[in-house]
Amino acid sequence: MWDILKNRWRQGYRTQTFPPRGSLPPPFRGRPAMDSRKCADDCRRCAEVCPTDAISTDPLRIDLGRCLFCQECVRVCSGGAIAFSQDYRLATRCEKDLVLEGDKMRLAQALEKKRLRLFKCSLKLRVVCAGGCNGCDLELQALNNVVFDLSRFGIQFVASPRHADGLIITGPVTVNMKLALAKTYEAVPDPKIVIAVGACAISGGPFEGSDKVLNGAHSVAPVDLFIAGCPPHPLTILDGLLRLLGRMKEG
Amino acid sequence: MALHEIPEIDFISWRRWIIESCQLAKGRVISLLAEDHGDRMRLYGLLGIDDRGELRLAGTDLMKNDLRYPSLTPDLPEAHWFERELYEQHNILPEGHPWLKPIRRGDYAPFYRVEGEEIHEVAVGPVHAGIIEPGHFRFQCHGEKVFHLEIQLGYQHRGIETMFPKANPSRQAVLAESIAGDTVVGHALCYAHAMEGLADKSVSVRAKELRVVALELERMANHVGDLGMLSSDVGFLPASAYFGRLRGEFLNLLMELTGNRYGRSFIRPGGTLLDLSKEKILDFWKRLEKSEQEFRDVSDLFFSETSVLARFEQTGVISAELARTLGLVGFPARASGIGHDVRSDYPIGAYRVHKPPMVRLTTGDVYARARIRSLEVKRSLEFLKEGLKALTVEKTFLPCDRFKFSSLVVSLVEGWRGEIVHIAITDSSGKIRLFKIIDPSFHNWQGLQMAMRDGQISDFPLCNKSFNLSYAGHDL
Repeated sequence: MWDILKNRWRQGYRTQTFPPRGSLPPPFRGRPAMDSRKCADDCRRCAEVCPTDAISTDPLRIDLGRCLFCQECVRVCSGGAIAFSQDYRLATRCEKDLVLEGDKMRLAQALEKKRLRLFKCSLKLRVVCAGGCNGCDLELQALNNVVFDLSRFGIQFVASPRHADGLIITGPVTVNMKLALAKTYEAVPDPKIVIAVGACAISGGPFEGSDKVLNGAHSVAPVDLFIAGCPPHPLTILDGLLRLLGRMKEG
Repeated sequence: MALHEIPEIDFISWRRWIIESCQLAKGRVISLLAEDHGDRMRLYGLLGIDDRGELRLAGTDLMKNDLRYPSLTPDLPEAHWFERELYEQHNILPEGHPWLKPIRRGDYAPFYRVEGEEIHEVAVGPVHAGIIEPGHFRFQCHGEKVFHLEIQLGYQHRGIETMFPKANPSRQAVLAESIAGDTVVGHALCYAHAMEGLADKSVSVRAKELRVVALELERMANHVGDLGMLSSDVGFLPASAYFGRLRGEFLNLLMELTGNRYGRSFIRPGGTLLDLSKEKILDFWKRLEKSEQEFRDVSDLFFSETSVLARFEQTGVISAELARTLGLVGFPARASGIGHDVRSDYPIGAYRVHKPPMVRLTTGDVYARARIRSLEVKRSLEFLKEGLKALTVEKTFLPCDRFKFSSLVVSLVEGWRGEIVHIAITDSSGKIRLFKIIDPSFHNWQGLQMAMRDGQISDFPLCNKSFNLSYAGHDL
């Protein structure tokens, strides 16, 4: 008993304020910033080397729904046209907004009135891992620890889809998981929301094109929120969820 | 090695060679794999004689019009999963296999059943209550007692092995890092070693050292995280919260080394893409020192709590004999008294010069599989603190391409779960034509099934977390 109390005292208070003061330390790779003016004429080296075809040139664009933040593009670019910033905010409401040009990004807007009223103060989510490597699931799990402490925002992960207001889907949706995912989606009562976490759930990620996967959550259900990353940092996920609930200031 | 140098023997001798090497020479099946050669199917057997640090490889042919042979499994149970994989991937029929069904395909045919009036069956999954990966579990129970557990996987199957030969090098690297999201560094390192072997290039000493820093950070983060999970499963919440937080400290160190909390895009064939500055090294050292103290506090608290010990001891026992029979690898094998660790048996990179001493326990229960984690974390911390003091100064990356043609390469890494193996074969132009991946989970899922025998269903969460196997790593 005394040992427990002594340990508790030594541990101190560890919960991080949100949004955090200051940005994440380098070399953390967050939202990429691009400057087409630095591109050499007809240079397509970044697009050629990208493992997931996330880059298109002229004008230079990166699709964050496909990007794995692997820095291959930065390595081959001699002009310094692409750089990863330490900005962790990467969530959008539609796939179109994930395609970045320059250094601006349209972050996720809040839900429409009806669902916002229902879910703003209390949101229960069911996580389904539908393929993938488990990386995104680990970061979702990490949101429950004392540092990120998700439940202080009134958001909880629940065990049954029948107790949930929506689904978080990770992974590219494998052929073998399609049925189980569809059944879980059906079991969530209406109105519901669907959130795709990670490049796999948005576009298939590194597995795009395999005949064993369906290239993302949209193959089974309409998606309300896209959270990019491989895997997204817990702060990225938290930021996305709070934006969906209209609880973050713009910007 | 070049393909023509691999010994070729007739099938009967090949089969006898495997059984005798394993039963008489203390060998172990590391992999059985097959490659389509038109009218023939070429089979390779890769065995490890761990005591001597020796790998043995031999090939044989089966004619396509008669793809069958007397199964190895009745004589050598550790071949069980490999034979099912060969049957699923190449239709090679092992006659007399005791339980022949696909392991990943998705048609989950009959489950093993125990018959009787008072027997009941419990089915769980593929969608589970927690935030975990999908898999299906079938328990055959009599009251609370579990007679048999069958685990059916394959829900995470993404077809990585077949994608590999078609992918360009940058895609291959991210695929290797996406085999199992908690073993990014382990698989990336194994892939990099394989490619460097094919290119016959070696990397700088500094790169080798930084790779080991990343690998040990990954090991510590996962072990500590699992201890947290085990604490919450026995309802000891203080330790659960502290271990959970400490796991984050190691992940954050990994992020400051690699730019990603799981170590993605850091290790590539040829070296590492980032380096550590002098100030960072000093900062790392201080933070490791602090984590060591905090880990010791929580670990002492956890392992001296009688209610925790009462729940852990004698639960889910795997004897040394059973572990050997099933061919278990990694810390679950070491918890049962088997002295196998790739870092000691087949050292490569910086481990050749210096390695953390192997930890071995004997009881093989949940307690041993938990305790060994805390001991391995302790040894890794000491090892890293010492290693960081003595980093050499060198370039960390040199390009690595142009592979040897018609060659086969084997690469072994001791990831946090155990032995990771990648095998690559190149064609006559030096392109990869076959890539085989064996995650430690491939061997160890059978261990979890056997650990549940004669236990209670309520023991399952403990047994499961004490192994914490990868679904994604198995399903590929």
